[in-house]
Amino acid sequence: MATATVARPVEPGAAPPPPPEPRRVPRWVWALVVLGLWILVWSFTRGDDTLFVSGTEQTDLHERITDIADGLGGSAITGVIADGINAIVETLQGLISTPEAPRPAPQIGWLGVVAIATWVGYAVASWRIALLVAASFVSFGLFGFWEDSMDLLIVTLVSVFFAVLIGFPVAIAIGLSRTASRIVTPVLDLLQTMPTFVYLMFVFILFGIGAPNAVVCTVAYALPPIVRIAGFGIRDVSPAAIEATDSLGQTTWQRLWKVQVPMARRTIILGLNQTILAALSIAIIAGYVNGPGLGKPVLSALTQNNFGAGLVPGLLIVVMGIMLDRTTTAASERSERVARGGGEDPRRRRIVLGSLLVPVAVAVWYSRYAIDAAVFPSNDLASSVASRANDWMESITSALDGPSGAFKDAVTYGLLNPLQSLLAESPWWLAYAGLLALSLVVGGLRALVPAVVGLTGIYLLDLWNDTMVVLNMTIVATALVMVLALVFGVWMARSRRVDLIVRPTLDAGQTIPAFVYLIPVLALFGPTRFTAIVAGIIYAAPAAIKLVADGVRGVGETVVEAGRSTGSTTWQEITKVQLPMAKGSLVLATNQGLLYVLAMVVIGGLVGAGALGYDVVYALAHADYAGKGAAAGFSIVLLGILIDRVMRAAADRAGPGR
Amino acid sequence: MTQTVPPTTPVATERVAGDPALSVQGLWKIFGPRAERIIGTPDAELSRAELKRKTGCVVGVKDVSFDVAPGEVFVVMGLSGSGKSTLVRMLTRLIEPTAGTVEIGGQDITKAPDSRLRELRRKHVSMVFQHFGLLPHRKVVDNVSYGLEIRGEKKAARRERAMRMIELVGLSGYDQSYPDQLSGGMQQRVGLARALANDPELLLFDEPFSALDPLIRRDMQNEVVRLHRELGKTMVFITHDLQEALKLGDRILIMRDGQIVQVGRPDEVVARPADDYVREFVSDVPKSHVLTLRWVMRPVDDQVAPDTPVLPCDTVVREAARVVLDHNGPVLVAEGDRVVGMVDDDDILRVVVAEER
Repeated sequence: MATATVARPVEPGAAPPPPPEPRRVPRWVWALVVLGLWILVWSFTRGDDTLFVSGTEQTDLHERITDIADGLGGSAITGVIADGINAIVETLQGLISTPEAPRPAPQIGWLGVVAIATWVGYAVASWRIALLVAASFVSFGLFGFWEDSMDLLIVTLVSVFFAVLIGFPVAIAIGLSRTASRIVTPVLDLLQTMPTFVYLMFVFILFGIGAPNAVVCTVAYALPPIVRIAGFGIRDVSPAAIEATDSLGQTTWQRLWKVQVPMARRTIILGLNQTILAALSIAIIAGYVNGPGLGKPVLSALTQNNFGAGLVPGLLIVVMGIMLDRTTTAASERSERVARGGGEDPRRRRIVLGSLLVPVAVAVWYSRYAIDAAVFPSNDLASSVASRANDWMESITSALDGPSGAFKDAVTYGLLNPLQSLLAESPWWLAYAGLLALSLVVGGLRALVPAVVGLTGIYLLDLWNDTMVVLNMTIVATALVMVLALVFGVWMARSRRVDLIVRPTLDAGQTIPAFVYLIPVLALFGPTRFTAIVAGIIYAAPAAIKLVADGVRGVGETVVEAGRSTGSTTWQEITKVQLPMAKGSLVLATNQGLLYVLAMVVIGGLVGAGALGYDVVYALAHADYAGKGAAAGFSIVLLGILIDRVMRAAADRAGPGR
Repeated sequence: MTQTVPPTTPVATERVAGDPALSVQGLWKIFGPRAERIIGTPDAELSRAELKRKTGCVVGVKDVSFDVAPGEVFVVMGLSGSGKSTLVRMLTRLIEPTAGTVEIGGQDITKAPDSRLRELRRKHVSMVFQHFGLLPHRKVVDNVSYGLEIRGEKKAARRERAMRMIELVGLSGYDQSYPDQLSGGMQQRVGLARALANDPELLLFDEPFSALDPLIRRDMQNEVVRLHRELGKTMVFITHDLQEALKLGDRILIMRDGQIVQVGRPDEVVARPADDYVREFVSDVPKSHVLTLRWVMRPVDDQVAPDTPVLPCDTVVREAARVVLDHNGPVLVAEGDRVVGMVDDDDILRVVVAEER
């Protein structure tokens, strides 16, 4: 319809329509152009200037860093901290885990510990939780890992104690002051972008190996959740309640302790829960630096590729994770219920708790004198489970040899190798230019500074080639993660029933520490980079799937309905309405996927993935290589920041889909 | 229609005779960067939209002045966005005024240091809020005694006082409940008890009943009327509901776009709206429920029968109707001992039936 008349305003006072935007070349076309040019130049220059450094080689820079690291380690301050941590951990170990001479057993035997733990479970939560705690503790002993389990618990809880001690005041600060929040948030971002493994490397330089390293790493890694979540809880307290109580003339201090903290209690305990789980997951990885705990048997099983031997401690880690998660969640729910007047008569409860202390005391006393109650009676349960699991795994591997091999080959030859040869066999300047151009295409001008800083930093750290190998694995694994995320995410968003089934599985998956995933995957695929990739996919998929599902579901019902009313098919509905509108979430899911995968691929350095992860592992075992390990750590951090910043810029550009 | 205002009608103003309990002078609130520089410049006279466009600042309250007499119920009425909630918050500096003074009991609080301000909030002024603002993790009794707790009173003393307040607002037996276990109306009673517990001279209400069901709202309004009668506190009551304003207010201040449109007694506002805005507002009010004989009487002519009944001039028309209609001929209207006018059947019916005046 051609109208020559002057446009009538839609409604009085409405702004005139914006001028039509000039047609722009879509971003994917630019990306293809960049890739095409890259491949073109690569075909002439392949293999030149790749800056390859072999596993045992070090550059001058790395040796210089080693010297600096030697200077940093063993200083007076770190010495005091290390001694303090050692004293605390050893005292606790003597109390519940290792025999304390001249006794053949720790001060409190297993029976006493189980009794105390069960009592605590009942006190903070409920009978059901108490039973779960008791069963978990008994299983630690039954499977022959009592000492390692107690060590892990000690490292985790000591670290959580310090994380809360440091984190809670910071949380209060960011909850009360916008300025503090602006200062702290980037630090937290950085801490959370850093793969767990990198913490070990940096702390290794300062504290060497052992319990101090494990505790310091764990504290650093466990800090962000409590700070962020508790800070959010305090900031989120209803302004109506604050205003009303302000009007009664309270001081800032009274407002904090009588209004804000009590009202944020539930969120604060949730933060504690996340902090405990984060602490547990890294306390295991601290097995790499000889940190006490269940990480050590898992690690030695991984290095020997002994599925059965790794399975039992791996499962016990999961048991401990579930126990800690359930207990703190139930405690948070209980505290909220009680605080709002639900639940039982407090006086009766105090009497019950008090009288239950009697059997606990008896159990503790008995466990100090009877050897069977002090040292868990040994049995061959663990070894029989291990050998049965090995047999079983063997039959599975041989049965799956065809399919799993075919999958592995398809991914290896179809994706991994071509991309790796492009990334790692290009001259460094070509890869640099190509990656910079792609960052700009994806993230726009805002990606320029992080991309230049990140790539230049990586180049200067003398591990360009290794970083490209890691980047390759990360990209391939993330691509596969996003396929999974799109399929399951859309499915979950469209069907409540699927969501109800899949979501708890994903939630459970997210509470399992990263390390544990490696055990079965290693048995299936052997020590190759492929193992790291599959473990990375499994580790990253839950978060990405949930983000996509939530994003797609967040698309307004009315919009979907409007689309349906025009007669679109299900496929059209998904591709033309839901996915474009959820673009922001997709980009966010990709970002999370990349970071999770990166963390896992690096851990996979131990099981054949090589590259930066291997550089770190090697340095942890050989102090002369500390410089190279640190350089690898920095490279990983730079890569993580680069990915994170570019994807965030992309997410912001994706705009109102969020 | 004739608009003869009897010369004896005293017109309520922003000011009161004697020492006011609360006195507000030239109060301003402008939200935005460097707001204090705008006042006194020609910009301050711009309309809201123009000022926003020119400086990025938004006017909340614009040069408001009024007094409240001790024991008075002073209602501030306006639609949402009229600045009434901002105004009441500035009275105890929950929002800092940009300019102007607020005197409570003769003392200017706008320049008081924090400690002095806390003292004021703890002992002299309490507030009741639209969304109650109760603490969900405290029992009713602990919510009510919160104000006493933070000013450091002994536990036994504050419990005892809280229990009395709970009884006063009709919540006996609910002292051990938690706010979540109570209905909205009961929660607001807790809010009321909390405000009363401090034994303030001045009570501020910020749309306290807007979030409640109509029936419960009426109950609560009656509760306020009763409490006012029993305790005789000075009250400043914010509402967007004209019926509520007319029912509770000794005087009503009508606000629009942050400015005062009219201040007057309920009958005055209905009988003599200051402008079309107020006229529009009061057009639905049943006039016979609000207007007094003062507004409908005529000058006395000479032929009045000696046994003519006499009614006080502040009798509401509806209540006077029976006497006037029963009596054959006009009825006299008196202010004190002095006869000031008379009304006949016509004058009454015009208001009751035709809703005219």
